Amino acid sequence: MNPTFKIVFTFVICSALINHIAAQSESMTIIKGGTYIPLYGIDSTTVTVNSFLMDVYPVTNRDYLIFVEKFPRWNRSNVKRLFADENYLINWERKDAFGNRLLPNTPVTNVSWFAAKKYCDCLGKRLPTVDEWEYAAMADEISPDAREKKSYNQHILEWYETPKSFKNTIGSTFVNYWGVSDLHGLVWEWTFDFNSVLISGESRKDVDKDSNLFCGSAAVGATDLMNYAAFMRYAFRGSIDANYTGNSLGFRCVKNIEIE
Amino acid sequence: MKKFPLQRGLKLFTFIGLLTMFCSCVNNQKESTYEDTVDIPASREMLAELTSPPNVPRGVGRRKAKKLIVNMEIIEKVGEMTDGVKYVYWTFGGTVPGSFIRTRVGDEVEFHLKNHPDNKLPHNIDLHAVTGPGGGATSSFVAPGYEAKFSFKVLNPGLYVYHCATAPVGMHIANGMYGLILVEPAGGLPRVDKEYYIMQGDFYTKGDYGDRGLQPFDMQKAIDEDADYVVFNGKVGSMTGDNALTANVGETVRLYVGNGGPNLVSSFHVIGEIFDIVRVEGGSLINKNVQTTLIPAGGATIVEFRVNVPGTYIIVDHSIFRAFNKGALAMLKVLGEENEKIYSGIQEEGIYQPEGGGIQIIPTDNGDVVSEIPAKSLKERMEFGKITYQQTCFACHQGTGQGIPKAFPPLAASDYLNADVNRAIDIVLYGKRGEITVNGEKYKSVMTRQVLTDEEIANVLTYIYNNWENSKAEVTPAMVKSRRENH
Repeated sequence: MNPTFKIVFTFVICSALINHIAAQSESMTIIKGGTYIPLYGIDSTTVTVNSFLMDVYPVTNRDYLIFVEKFPRWNRSNVKRLFADENYLINWERKDAFGNRLLPNTPVTNVSWFAAKKYCDCLGKRLPTVDEWEYAAMADEISPDAREKKSYNQHILEWYETPKSFKNTIGSTFVNYWGVSDLHGLVWEWTFDFNSVLISGESRKDVDKDSNLFCGSAAVGATDLMNYAAFMRYAFRGSIDANYTGNSLGFRCVKNIEIE
Repeated sequence: MKKFPLQRGLKLFTFIGLLTMFCSCVNNQKESTYEDTVDIPASREMLAELTSPPNVPRGVGRRKAKKLIVNMEIIEKVGEMTDGVKYVYWTFGGTVPGSFIRTRVGDEVEFHLKNHPDNKLPHNIDLHAVTGPGGGATSSFVAPGYEAKFSFKVLNPGLYVYHCATAPVGMHIANGMYGLILVEPAGGLPRVDKEYYIMQGDFYTKGDYGDRGLQPFDMQKAIDEDADYVVFNGKVGSMTGDNALTANVGETVRLYVGNGGPNLVSSFHVIGEIFDIVRVEGGSLINKNVQTTLIPAGGATIVEFRVNVPGTYIIVDHSIFRAFNKGALAMLKVLGEENEKIYSGIQEEGIYQPEGGGIQIIPTDNGDVVSEIPAKSLKERMEFGKITYQQTCFACHQGTGQGIPKAFPPLAASDYLNADVNRAIDIVLYGKRGEITVNGEKYKSVMTRQVLTDEEIANVLTYIYNNWENSKAEVTPAMVKSRRENH
């Protein structure tokens, strides 16, 4: 288990933030739940995802600046090393301004898992689970599950190969079946349980303890060997820790649907 | 006067002193032998010299085993596959293949793998020279913007491939993430005059060979093992023309040759040379007098040969369509004096045609044998011409007349072709040799005379002239006939 998961946050009242990022919080869309077979797991393993709300866009520099202004402990100078490494918001011009080098409506990157989680918490939201994210992201423009389509895979691979796409603005890729934008093509996104794929509850893997995404074991553990794009996402998630920050790594939030 | 014997005494003393020092120096270099290479001690620290292909770092010579620091940076970047075709390469050290690492048995390598912050993907490195699970892959998995450090001791001498082993492994290799690490035996490999680094790789692009623009990786073609490009050192023409490898007559050349794959096995051959020595699969087995040596994907070989005759030697994968149609071709230019005892050069030249047997000529001479339907319209001429083109011209001049860079001139939008129709007819009739310039590029190869009827020549030339942005000239059988008579 990753010990960083065990860290308990000090409670911070962040309701004030909700008003400030009200516009952002409004632009969520419903992902209707269902079942699907994820890339990793045995063939018969289906995963059920409940309906949830997802941010239409990744969190932007403009959004994140408001958060940092409200909570200076999350600015570049004050953040605890335990929660974010040296590259936290490194491309911002100052600790409290992203400046001219970055556009306000590009996704915020160089944020850690802790920071992303805190941001979502403060809006009464949370980070999506890997299953939720993958479930929402298997849609193309017209169908909820486009993974069978050759063109879907090929397009995503092409985006992954394009250098420095994190400099593009939100909404510059495509809006998918659910109405969610930019799941592929701008930045990688944090998920709540991003590193859980390395710790498998599946019996075969637990026997040989070799569930890493290298060489043979990547092929042994996967259900869809053609889904190269998914391999790359899982590989990326496996390479990061919760205090890591990266130029191409951003996030968006989700929210449970209240049953009234 | 009394000083004199004292001086002599001093001189003698100094001489003995120097001699002792010299002897002790030599003794230091002589290394005790170890039954198990694990026991070789590594003294001192040293920064490894890394080189881009086709160069290799200095040999280890007689240096002792050391703690060798290797700094390797991973860079994802756009490069050129061939003229006008771009590709996103993933590289170790900014080049395909990655930087050459040179070690000796017993070295303790401290490997720093740095993933550039602007990269998109996590990477790692699996070095075949490593003894341990994953060859270092599990210890070197690193996200963009981070650095991984791991250490290993090189135990077995040989030439080894390293590559990225992050899922999807095939894609990381297909995009260029491979290179070579050499482990020399104690005392180093025997000295040679020239050493070079060559690595073959196959590439899979969405468009076909030569399709312009930024070409993305094609997963389906990679799985089908249907390569668009098979190249040495990451691109077509990496070692041809001005970039050709060089040597002088009388020198011994050693090539460190790897095959990154991901799919294809290489039949490595140097046209006009015989390998004096092949260190088979890069290991300790020495084979002698070899024409073509097989290099498995994810394997390597060391070949050595003495160059005796000046000229250009073509280095190929002798699965020969890869060489002439997919790019697996490099050149070694050897300068120096001719040696006619070994190779005479051209003593007489001329195109050979078996006129005596007459097998190919008879049909045109004898009208009865020709059961040819003459084309009745330009459209028909084009149709028939296309068939002849596919059968006769396609192999060299390619499907859309684009030719093959540096080997066969283009017929598409060709200034040379459009300048003179009669010359074009003559070339088909009588062949062509010697240097010509087409669209600014020089070509020096041979086209043999084509045994075609007047009708066929008229059709195929009309087809060529009315395609690919050419002058739309129509060639008739009468025109061909008059050139035949003219000759």
